Amino acid sequence: MKPRIEKLFENRKDDQKVMSLFITAGYPDLNSTVDLVLGFEENGADIIELGMPFSDPLADGPTIQFASNRAIENGITMSAIFGMVKEIRKSSEIPIVLMGYINPVLRYGTEQFCKDASESGVDGLIIPDAPIEVSAELAIEAKKHNLNLIYLVAPNSTDERMKQIDQLSSGFVYCVSVTGVTGARDGDEIARSVVRFIDRVNQNVTDNPKLVGFGIRNHKDAVTISAKLDGFIVGSALIDTIRNRYPDPDWFNHTMDFVKDLKFGKIEHQK
Amino acid sequence: MEYKVPSKEGYFGKYGGKYVPEILIPALIELEAAYAETQNDPLFQKEYHDLLQEYVGRPTKCTFANRLTDYFGKAKIYLKREDLCHTGAHKINNAIGQLLLARNMGKTRIIAETGAGQHGVATATACAKFGFECVIYMGAEDMERQKLNVDRMRLLGAEVRSVTSGSQTLKDATNEAIRDWVTNVENTFYIIGSVVGPHPYPMMTRNFHRVIGDETKTQIRKLEGRDPDYLIACVGGGSNAIGFFYPFIENEDVKMIGIEAAGLGADTDQTAATLTIGTPGVLHGSLSYLLHDAEGQIQLAHSISAGLDYPGIGPEHAYLHDIKRVHYYGITDEEAMKAVKLVSDKEGIIPAIETAHAFAYLETLMPLTQKDEIVVVNCSGRGDKDMKTISEWFSGKEL
Repeated sequence: MKPRIEKLFENRKDDQKVMSLFITAGYPDLNSTVDLVLGFEENGADIIELGMPFSDPLADGPTIQFASNRAIENGITMSAIFGMVKEIRKSSEIPIVLMGYINPVLRYGTEQFCKDASESGVDGLIIPDAPIEVSAELAIEAKKHNLNLIYLVAPNSTDERMKQIDQLSSGFVYCVSVTGVTGARDGDEIARSVVRFIDRVNQNVTDNPKLVGFGIRNHKDAVTISAKLDGFIVGSALIDTIRNRYPDPDWFNHTMDFVKDLKFGKIEHQK
Repeated sequence: MEYKVPSKEGYFGKYGGKYVPEILIPALIELEAAYAETQNDPLFQKEYHDLLQEYVGRPTKCTFANRLTDYFGKAKIYLKREDLCHTGAHKINNAIGQLLLARNMGKTRIIAETGAGQHGVATATACAKFGFECVIYMGAEDMERQKLNVDRMRLLGAEVRSVTSGSQTLKDATNEAIRDWVTNVENTFYIIGSVVGPHPYPMMTRNFHRVIGDETKTQIRKLEGRDPDYLIACVGGGSNAIGFFYPFIENEDVKMIGIEAAGLGADTDQTAATLTIGTPGVLHGSLSYLLHDAEGQIQLAHSISAGLDYPGIGPEHAYLHDIKRVHYYGITDEEAMKAVKLVSDKEGIIPAIETAHAFAYLETLMPLTQKDEIVVVNCSGRGDKDMKTISEWFSGKEL
């Protein structure tokens, strides 16, 4: 069987942007994660990034810090996350990428982690604090267990480094749109600085599909910023949407409306 | 023994490395290059050492502790007087060094984290001296227990930002400083206050503090005609200890002891004794020992001393622990506070509570020493900043 992420990008049509959604596993509660993921898929998500919460998320802004803390308070564990993925796999083939910090991975044991992730139905890994310098072992184990290892490029990455990251990545390359932590931002702030960066990405990252993330709040941001790329990633704005409504009875449906808007734009799907 | 760490890639054995988001990699590469350049730059070296001499007040004294020596009745005890440095602790050696580096690199804005406030004060001082914008991140709990240092930093013109996430202590202040750095990496230099963080920080900070050990070596050789038998220093992240130990590491006759804060006891969950009970993991950019649970979530440390209240430790200490070149022990809050009193009483020196942890180990070590042996304690900081905690601790107890 073909790897799920590869298949997704092969089947993508030029005018369709891939939408990857980040949700912290165990947020807002342990029982919602599976339903959220399945709902995201139903409403237009193409890839799921499932966040593995960490107590000290130093690359994240307040929103994901909050969600991580809440998930840890809720009692999330690595084996619970694998259990969620297995549950999702009973009814869905959506590509699932685990995203989180290196320490919980090392603590679990890199080899065991890759093995269990793969067996649960995980497709890839994004570990932002394990850049290419320090992830040799992770890369070997990921490859052995057929997991895509997705690295990030940043606006201040040199051309040479982008090429190197492209070579070592598989699945896709995660393009960080701004220097900073995760979190929704004013759309204009991103648009201004990002044009030149995306041109450089397109020159240097040629082997892998490219998704852009950090700071995207809505459909308009998403289409603008990903115009010359394969797709976009939304995390904080999604979690903020949940946080503003949960646990009102309509929080779930409200979240799904947000996802639909994100993918298709408000006006189009209301027609 | 030959001692040559870290490797070019920044590893002390398997510890260290650069576990940081991609955004910081270019900054670290730039920093490595700039730092390497200063090592062979006589102008930089002269300016740094002139500042240490004329502004910091180096060399600091090496005082014979005659009454402490009499009290234990065994080996001779000397004190390396880092408490006499301008701003009251060793931290300024490094703050000045990194600030000069920042200036050379054309950075205009300085950020730092602080626990006890000593590194914050040292950084704010250096920024005032050189006219740099300065932002200090400090845990809300630490701001409370080290209020005097908060006031000092503000008077020196620094902006002190209160950190209310997590345990509201040094760990969280460091997270917040790194987030600032990631956001403002173009114009901002992060002056890390200990031998922690991604490469080249642990190496660089060690080298800016090695002056402590270099001076001690010269001073003890002059006083005693040989190297000491024992060195003792407290270890949080471990900057004063590594600076003190480093020039002696290749002389295996010198026994070295690092003292961690055991809090309420290394066998309780209220402790900061990282090497005693921790296991390897990654926090704040490098692989070292950590206090973390079975899921890899960082545990909250506890120590009465804000400067030692940290669930990690510098990667070089992790390495020295593994190769057994330095031995590490824990001292509880109670033992440390007893030592505050003892050293004040016997030597007329009020040590910082951090430093008192090193002194407290004398109770264990001294009975095992011989009269012709020499012990040097690194008196890393003075206790003025701790007077509130000290007064509260002893209130109702007989002084």
